[in-house]
Amino acid sequence: MNPMRRRNRLTRWLAVPALLLTLLALPAGAAEPAELMGKRLAACAACHGDEGRTVGEDYYPSIAGKPAGYLYNQLLSFREGRRQHTIMAGLLANLSDAYLGEIALYYAARPHASQPQMTGATPEQLALGERLTVLGDLERKIPPCQACHGEQLTGVVPMIPGLRGLPARYLDAQVGAWKNGVRHAREPDCMGKIARALKPEEITAVSAWLASQPYAVDAKPLDSLPNTMPMDCGVLP
Amino acid sequence: MKGRAIVLGSAIAAAFAFSIWLNKPDLDLEPLAPATLESPNLEQIKAGEYLVQIGNCVACHTDQGGAAFAGGRAVPTPFGEVYSSNLTSDDETGLGRWTNQDFYRAMRHGRSKDDRWLSPAFPYTSYTNLKREDSDAMFAWLQTLPPIKRVQTPDTLRFPYGTQLATRAWRALYFKPATTADIAAMDRGRYLVEGLGHCAACHTSRGALGGSRTGANYMGGEIGNLGWDALPLVPSKPMTDSEANELGQLLKTGINTHKAVAGPMSEVVFHSLQHLNDADLAAIVATLRALPPADAPPAARVPQVSPEQRQSLRARGKVVYAEHCADCHGDAGEGRANIYPALAGNANVNAVSATNALNLTLNGGFPPSTAGNPFPYGMPPFSQSLSRPDVAAVLTYIRSEWGNDAPAVSVVEVERR
Ligand code: HEC
Ligand code: HEC
Ligand code: HEC
Ligand code: HEC
Ligand code: HEC
Repeated sequence: MNPMRRRNRLTRWLAVPALLLTLLALPAGAAEPAELMGKRLAACAACHGDEGRTVGEDYYPSIAGKPAGYLYNQLLSFREGRRQHTIMAGLLANLSDAYLGEIALYYAARPHASQPQMTGATPEQLALGERLTVLGDLERKIPPCQACHGEQLTGVVPMIPGLRGLPARYLDAQVGAWKNGVRHAREPDCMGKIARALKPEEITAVSAWLASQPYAVDAKPLDSLPNTMPMDCGVLP
Repeated sequence: MKGRAIVLGSAIAAAFAFSIWLNKPDLDLEPLAPATLESPNLEQIKAGEYLVQIGNCVACHTDQGGAAFAGGRAVPTPFGEVYSSNLTSDDETGLGRWTNQDFYRAMRHGRSKDDRWLSPAFPYTSYTNLKREDSDAMFAWLQTLPPIKRVQTPDTLRFPYGTQLATRAWRALYFKPATTADIAAMDRGRYLVEGLGHCAACHTSRGALGGSRTGANYMGGEIGNLGWDALPLVPSKPMTDSEANELGQLLKTGINTHKAVAGPMSEVVFHSLQHLNDADLAAIVATLRALPPADAPPAARVPQVSPEQRQSLRARGKVVYAEHCADCHGDAGEGRANIYPALAGNANVNAVSATNALNLTLNGGFPPSTAGNPFPYGMPPFSQSLSRPDVAAVLTYIRSEWGNDAPAVSVVEVERR
């Protein structure tokens, strides 16, 4: 590997996740009390629901129960403009990294929401969505979503989010945002590559299928993946 | 023949007078001591880091998500956007080839190393009060920043505001460079408020051309194109000792028993004022406490609301308040000390223009995370959950309850947002 790139990787690794690992390494009791955090974050509940569980089929994603590292990265991204949402960016603008870490830990520890949604998709669309999720399209270098998001699509701690229990419109918009260059994750941005390889109708199909799947409320993200990931993702060390 | 000579003569005279006038602030400029080249010591560098924090250079000179001090952030002005410069030690695009004299000239006189007249979006109107030793310390610290290459983004000012001629005319109208004697006459508090702290950049309203003719008066007013109003800093009545303590706490932690900072002021506390040492904090409070009364800026025009409309807005507002606001701000607008600001007696609620209260109600907000208040409580945005008429109603209500006394807020005013 070129030494410059190695150094970049190393500093990247050290800069952001280091704080996180210290946070994750905290004994459970050292985190801020959940009850206080719930009150402090009433501003977030206005859109993400009580304890981060959105109800109904709104565009707002549930954030409860997602891996803490993933949540922390998203909060940094909104604050720093890699993901766009004006009101959230305004709310987060003057909060410290330590507070964002506490917020991530708080939501990661909440039980998540689960209501499969009727999306009005056709059986053909659902079949296409399932095929892409489970098998991918290897000729076009699209790995199956399961290969990274876990066999049950519950995500993997600390950096890969689950894909169930999210509104179809949200999923569609997120993958679309990667495809259109509006959402970015740290380079190499594997989701960006996958999204650009997918056709718009495939994105709609996969979103509809994912949103229609039931999801046990107590399902937890995996601790690790059984196989190595099919692509390099910059958010992982 | 004679007539033409007169016309020509007066044209030449006018042009001459104009060029004198244009050069006026720059004819008064004091020569600055030459560059010194010995390398700074550690103490100087540490002092410089602190002063750079108090000047809040990082807020303007860092783009959202960009490297600290590498510039590129759009600074809004009423005439378009000016992009901040790269202050890192990069040779080509930063301050790598600058001397401490070049730097002092930029701060004191608003002039770049290549002699370009700098835009007053860079608040050198305040930094002109900087002492040479402080400037040298700041420069020494900035030079320790790793070089980052970032080429300057051209401004998007409408013609002719981006031209050097316009900048010079602006300087002739509004810029009075400080003299060494002016600076020497300031005590520590004034030095920080009028100099590095650049409080006047927001807390003195600028006129139509983005300048304040009468100098700093600290009476607050609209901040050019930021969409917020700065509150008056001049005390409306003599401050008691405990009020002065509260003011110090607000500046240092972002919150006190009855008030939280918001919007652009939250950013100032987050990046800058929370780092103040005790002596400097006390000096700033003493200066603010002693600010002389001044004329209020011309009152903003508020849309008229008829007495009947006002009555019905108030009645509806009472219901909205009880349902959506009272949990945090209290039944009598009393708030909760160090958690939720009081709305009774609150300066934003009582301001003639409802801009700030409207911003908070529509978009919500968090006071800054500071050492004294690391995990602040937030205010939810109501832009989705309340209708525009309900927002007008609740604002009209809080502006006329609990001893508050400010004009009603019309539905039209909320709809314009
Ligand atoms: C005005 C509504 C609103 C408010 C208030 C709000 N959010 Fe969001 N949030 C959104 C929307 C919409 C998205 C999806 C944005 C997108 O399209 O990328 C989102 C996305 C997120 C995500 C990423 C979710 C994912 O699965 O990738 C996190 C984490 C998050 N918000 C946390 C917060 C926190 C913490 C707060 C409070 C400080 C907050 N939000 C306040 C609307 C809101
Ligand atoms: C090579 C590994 C990999 C594969 C394969 C993969 N993903 Fe991802 N995905 C990630 C990572 C890593 C993230 C987190 C990115 C971040 O931090 O922003 C992510 C995030 C997402 C998100 C954002 C979730 C949210 O809450 O906002 C969606 C949606 C998503 N992936 C959908 C898919 C779909 C659909 C597929 C299959 C077509 C897929 N992913 C395949 C690695 C992968
Ligand atoms: C309110 C925003 C703002 C603040 C605060 C601010 N600057 Fe700037 N600064 C600017 C802008 C905008 C420019 C570019 C002006 C131009 O190009 O005409 C600039 C230009 C400069 C320049 C000239 C660079 C060059 O290449 O000519 C220097 C030096 C500088 N700033 C130093 C500082 C220091 C030191 C501080 C803190 C004490 C500071 N600035 C605080 C907005 C700001
Ligand atoms: C970038 C613009 C900006 C700068 C620079 C700035 N302020 Fe402010 N300030 C504001 C705004 C906007 C408000 C109103 C919002 C709020 O209530 O916090 C405010 C409010 C305040 C308040 C609350 C007043 C009250 O009546 O409750 C104080 C005190 C204050 N500022 C002091 C200062 C001091 C001291 C400085 C200089 C060291 C300063 N500000 C610099 C924008 C600014
Ligand atoms: C969950 C608690 C909560 C609720 C509910 C709430 N607020 Fe707030 N409010 C806050 C907090 C916290 C702040 C400080 C925000 C900041 O500093 O950015 C605040 C600030 C304000 C301010 C500015 C006060 C100042 O110090 O300058 C106004 C005005 C305001 N709120 C009005 C309202 C109105 C009107 C409602 C109901 C429609 C409401 N609030 C509901 C928590 C709340």
